[in-house]
Parts: sequence; structure tokens; C-alpha cells
Amino acid sequence: MTLVLPGDTVSLPSTSALTLGPGISASSSRSSDPYAGPSADASSSFIATRLGLLSSQKGKGKDTSESYWVDGRSKRYIPAQRELVLGTVIARHSEGFRVDLGSSQMASLDALAFEGATKRSKPNLKVGMLVYARVSLANRDMETEIECFDAASGKAEGFGELKGGLMITTSLEFARQLLTPKHPLLPALAAQFPFEIAVGMNGRIWFKAGDVSQTIAIKRVLERAEKGEVGTGKEEVGRAVREFAA
Amino acid sequence: MPREIEPPTIQRDFLLAALAEGKRLDGRLPLEMRQVRIEFRGELGSCEVHLGDTVVLAQITATIVKPRDDRPYEGFLLINSEISPMASSLYEAGRSSEDEVMITRLLEKSIRRTEAVDREALCILAGEKVWQLRLSLHFLADEGNLLDAAALAAMGALRHFRKPEVEVLGDEVIVHSPDERAPVLLAIHHTPLCVSFAYYPDLPPILDPTHLESVLATGTLSLTLNAQRELCVLSKAGGTPLAADEIMGVVRVAVDRVRDLIRTLEEALERDRAERVVEVR
Repeated sequence: MTLVLPGDTVSLPSTSALTLGPGISASSSRSSDPYAGPSADASSSFIATRLGLLSSQKGKGKDTSESYWVDGRSKRYIPAQRELVLGTVIARHSEGFRVDLGSSQMASLDALAFEGATKRSKPNLKVGMLVYARVSLANRDMETEIECFDAASGKAEGFGELKGGLMITTSLEFARQLLTPKHPLLPALAAQFPFEIAVGMNGRIWFKAGDVSQTIAIKRVLERAEKGEVGTGKEEVGRAVREFAA
Repeated sequence: MPREIEPPTIQRDFLLAALAEGKRLDGRLPLEMRQVRIEFRGELGSCEVHLGDTVVLAQITATIVKPRDDRPYEGFLLINSEISPMASSLYEAGRSSEDEVMITRLLEKSIRRTEAVDREALCILAGEKVWQLRLSLHFLADEGNLLDAAALAAMGALRHFRKPEVEVLGDEVIVHSPDERAPVLLAIHHTPLCVSFAYYPDLPPILDPTHLESVLATGTLSLTLNAQRELCVLSKAGGTPLAADEIMGVVRVAVDRVRDLIRTLEEALERDRAERVVEVR
């Protein structure tokens, strides 16, 4: 685990196919041929653009490429491709909606980027609604675009409007940790009572439980867990929930 | 981002539903204040107040200046309360937001106009030299209710601060350094502290709103009281109309809270006094 600073050169094995995640970008080659792409030059360097730990993960199954990214602690979200986010609809126009993701720019959500949407039957999202979406286009020079359906299957897959419940804002790191498959906090909470939850990689978490006090208990457990005051073991979470739901 | 985006509709719906059941989002009772932590760090006159996650730091510095011609016996108390983007990304540096103007105005009314600090006691040589106190407030984190935290930090700093001892021989003024003679506390008449309430339609008020609660509120009421049960300032800028008996009910709650706050402040001052070395013998 190496700590990288913005601007540091990162040396990655250039043998296998690489997927670059957030925080790393390919620097332009300084060799004599400036038109060669990064893959042509075996010694092309990569530069870290964020502060954090260099992390990697092997692709699963057929995907043999290894993805690299920089894992850092931050609260301000920078949109990246294929990330799941929660956004607030702030405006609607004929072609779609403008959505706030908590980043420096608003994102645009096309009215047709929904399951089964046609020109005749557009989704009816109102200003102030909370939506769960995936980032389809993220480029620092262009407006971010998000979509509310899975582009591969064409189905909703849980995207779209989130009704009821409560939303909290956390650090990006905590949201990412919650999304890792083996993280014990959410199963420990689920052992207490059933609830629905949607975690956005822009640091926003939405959840809905049976009644108000259970929802408030989830909120307080998540906030305490982020600060590190509550462990993620079943016992501790159970105790915390009983204390908060009282 | 300069202007805050309104929270999604579900937040307001949930908040109102929870308040209708008498529950707040952080598990407090409607009229319960967040935990207060008062710290005196470093030099005299530096007080940091944590009200839940809201943090405000107050600092007092003193200089000797010439007094005003029409008031030769009075010193000065200047209050500087600018909210920088350090408190939250919603505030812009250099531009006063509405909240900042309200806070500055209420602090001026609570501390200056109520004569909490005896300005005539700041006089050294009438017409020539007086003390000028500068109270600087630094808003370090905004999680709602900056005003109450700021007022508490300001009064804590004023009661903690000691000015250098001054000796006047005829027309000559000698300012003793803290190493020669122990510095002297300020003359404080009373300790005015603020408590703020937030109102929602058809619901009883809540005390000490967090950031989300104050954004979604339809009205706010701020009261400044002291330990002698005197109401110094009442500020209600717009919002839902309130009946007279509703206001009196809230005032009674505020009296109790201010008394608790003053007790916490005095305990913190006492603890600091026991540890700090003020005079060199």
C-alpha cells in the first residue's frame, strides 16, 4: 500500500490490460512521438491526481484486467464513470432533468434513460425527488450524465425514484466501505430489523425502515460507525440499535 | 457552491413525521440541547465551544488607544464575526450571507448593547488612553445553531481574559507585563447567553436546531437571557406567527437552559483557574 500525492508518478506493470480508476490518469508521453497512445509506449507513466493509498483489484471472471485507483478520504464528490450515486432533482426541462450530486457541477439525467421510457411516456419526476442512478458519462470538461437503468440489460435494477425514508451525507470513504461485499455493518443491522438501503458513492446514503424510530436508529448507528464510535460486530450494533430505538 | 441546494422532499417529510411523534433525528427530546464542551486553550481570552458538532472559537486581544472625544471615559469593545468557508462550503469568503448578518447583529445586541462588559472600567487615563478590546469569532464548523455557540464562546472568552495591570503616575502610564504583575480580569456585569428555537407548522418548537432542522424550519426565534432571569434580546425575523403565550412558554424554557449553560461555563472556568498559572510570585 503506497501513499501517493497528487502529481506523483505511479509505476504500474504495463504488461496486462489495465483499468484506470479515479485518481490515476495517464500522463502524456514525453517521448519523441507525441501521437502514440499510452499503450504503444511501454514505459508510459501514470500520474496520481488524488491524495491517498494506491489500491488495486483483479478483475473478476472473464475480466482479466487489473484495476488501479487511488483510495483517499474526502467529502467532496468528483463524478467517475459507472459509479452508483444518489441525486436530488433540481430542475426539469423538455429533454430531461438536472440533478444535484453534491459535486461542483450538476448532472443531467435524460428523460429516456429509464426502463421502458419512450417519447410518449416519459417518467414523471418532480423537483425535490431523490433518485438512485449510475454515472454514464463523467469527464471533467463536460457536464456529467447519469442514467436510471442498467444499460446492458435495459431494466431498472433498483434505479429511479426513492420514496420515503431518510437520507444522510457521509464521507466518500465510508460509503465505499459500506459497498464492499464483506463489510459486516449492514448485515449486523439487518439482523435487528428489515430495512431498505441505497448507498451512493457520492457520500449519500438513503434508507427506510418499518417506522420512524427504526429509521432514526439506522441513521444514528451509521453516523456513529463512521466516526468509529460503534464497532461493526453483531453484538455492538444490536446494543446500539436498542439504545437508539428506545 | 455558494447557495445551498434545497434538501430532497423526503427529508422534510421524514422530519415532520418524526417531530409529530416527538422524535428528533439525533435522538434528542424536542427541548433538549446538544452536549456542550467548553475549552480554554493556550492564552488568556481564548475559548473554544463545541455544541454537538458545531465549533466556534472566540479570541480576545487588547490594545491601548485614544478614546472618543465625546466619551473620554469609555473603552471600546469591537466584535468581529465573519463566517469563512471553513465553517461550511455554503459560506463565501468576503461576502456576508444572511445568516452572518443576523449573527453579527444579535451578538452586538446581546453583548454590546446590554453592557455586559463595563467599558468605563477599561479607562486608563481619561481622554488619553483607554483599552480597546477586540473580540474575534472564528466559526470552525457549522452543524446548526452558530449563534448560541458563538454567544457562549464570546462570554467564555470575555470572562477568561485578563488585561495587563496598568499603573498611572500623574501623566505617566506604565503597562506591566504579565511576568511582573498578575493580569486583571475584566469587569463583567452579567453573562448574556443566547438560545435559539426552530418552528414548524402546527408543531411545538424545538431547541438548538441542527443544520438540517434549521434549513427546513418555517420560523426561528432567538432569545438572549442572563442568570438574573432578565430577557435581554428577543429576535424573531419573519416566519410562522406566534401567540404571546407561546412565546412566554418558550421564554420559561430558555431561562432554565441559560441557567444550565452558565453553570457549565462557570465549572469550565473553575477547572481552568485551578490548572492555569496566572501570576508569578
